[in-house]
Amino acid sequence: MLKVENLSVYYGVIQAIKGVSFEINEGEIIALIGANGAGKTTILHTITGLIDAKSGSIIFDGHELTKTPAHKIVSLGMAHVPERRRIFQELSVLANLKLGAYTRKDKSEIEETLKMVYEHFPILKERKNQIAGTLSGGEQQMLAMGRALMSHPKIILMDEPSMGLSPLYVNEIFDIIKNINKSGTTVLLVEQNAKKALSIANRAYVLETGKIALEGNSQELLNNDSIKKAYLGE
Amino acid sequence: MELVLPTIINGLSLGGTYAMIALGYTMVYGIAKMLNFAHGDIIMVGGYIMYVCMAMGNPLIAVVAAVIGCVLLGMTVEKVAYKPLRGASPLAVLITAIGVSYLLQSLAQIIFGSANKMVMIYDFGTIKLFDVTVQVSSLITLAICVVVMVILTLFIKFTKLGHAMIAVSEDKGAAQLMGVNVNGIITLTFAIGSSLAALAGFFYLLKSPSISSTLGAMPGIKAFTAAVIGGIGSIPGAMLGGIFLGLVESISYKITAIAPYTDAIEFAILIAILLVRPNGFLGKKRREKV
Repeated sequence: MLKVENLSVYYGVIQAIKGVSFEINEGEIIALIGANGAGKTTILHTITGLIDAKSGSIIFDGHELTKTPAHKIVSLGMAHVPERRRIFQELSVLANLKLGAYTRKDKSEIEETLKMVYEHFPILKERKNQIAGTLSGGEQQMLAMGRALMSHPKIILMDEPSMGLSPLYVNEIFDIIKNINKSGTTVLLVEQNAKKALSIANRAYVLETGKIALEGNSQELLNNDSIKKAYLGE
Repeated sequence: MELVLPTIINGLSLGGTYAMIALGYTMVYGIAKMLNFAHGDIIMVGGYIMYVCMAMGNPLIAVVAAVIGCVLLGMTVEKVAYKPLRGASPLAVLITAIGVSYLLQSLAQIIFGSANKMVMIYDFGTIKLFDVTVQVSSLITLAICVVVMVILTLFIKFTKLGHAMIAVSEDKGAAQLMGVNVNGIITLTFAIGSSLAALAGFFYLLKSPSISSTLGAMPGIKAFTAAVIGGIGSIPGAMLGGIFLGLVESISYKITAIAPYTDAIEFAILIAILLVRPNGFLGKKRREKV
């Protein structure tokens, strides 16, 4: 469904991503784990067009994303929950969600999706008229995820959904990610919380300073000694 | 009453005019994050369009032509001069805007000469209001400004495009992830700002029916002051700042002792307000939850 091949990205003269290749099949949860600065966020930003690739290709459902402008990617069926949530603080919760469906035309279908989002996140329905900037961090994370779901994506890219949240919220967010995946959406999950990420992912890629250092199914990686030492703190 | 009512009405209509221009500054600043110092000169171009159209004698056609002409001009300036500089340093964009300003003024001088031209668009005359004589043009200006501000506020608050504009002003990247075409929104912003500038030009010519290539310079600076007083980037701020500055100006003109210093007083107020409230009346710093 999504195939990244030999991707290289530069910030000025510094090469942040050094020939990364990976693949996601329909229905999977794939985790991309790695330390701070390994290049996880850069990869997601390059996929959704916020950063330009220097070389390599990103094929999604037959479309070459490196040649697609950022604002046209969401209508291909790809949504991105950005790092630090980046919800629109001045708008209401409902207006944020409606912007998630910005490229969709059919009003009744949008209402259906809104209902589905409210089922995943009942708190958003309760607070739909509240200004988004006044939500708590966890609620803002839910809003960012709900906003992404509003585009009715085939694949959803999530960047550090657990960042800065209390353990209670972290568990809830991960349960919801599992549910989103069960209802048919493919998930690419970027996380520093490797243990949590591996516990829900089918497969994972470990990123170290811009390169894929290791890949495999999640159970294998959870039992891998070097992973345990470097990322699981055991 | 005889002194107060006309002063207030003049102040409000002048303030509404400033607000129209200030909205252009503040919306472009909020969305494209640049100060478009050529904005005042759009007023002047609108004025000359009305001057040319008045030769054909129909005031309504003149105003409509000015609005359409200014919208096209604003969009063209954005595309030709500013869009190639997206991502460049703010200083480069600022210098370019000043360059565009001089370009428009010089072109106007080449085409129309440097002498002032008379443009009588329409004489609405005066009416008696509570036994006081009031300029009808001031009341019309005020009414149009109120209607435009209400429509603009409703547009921003309740339409999908309005929400997209707020989204772009807050976070261009996140807006793109929603599928919002940021360049399209910036073009739309310039179009709206320029149409308001054309209206402001119309209000100016109603008040004093004479035009030169520097017509837009002073109102541009005043409206920019109003936008900063109100809080640059804030739409209600631009309205409030414009009305406030218009009232100050009209009251100051009525007090003989300080009348000659009116402009100085307005800019001194700007400095005073910035000392107390660096973000203006309604400007705010954004905080982010971690």
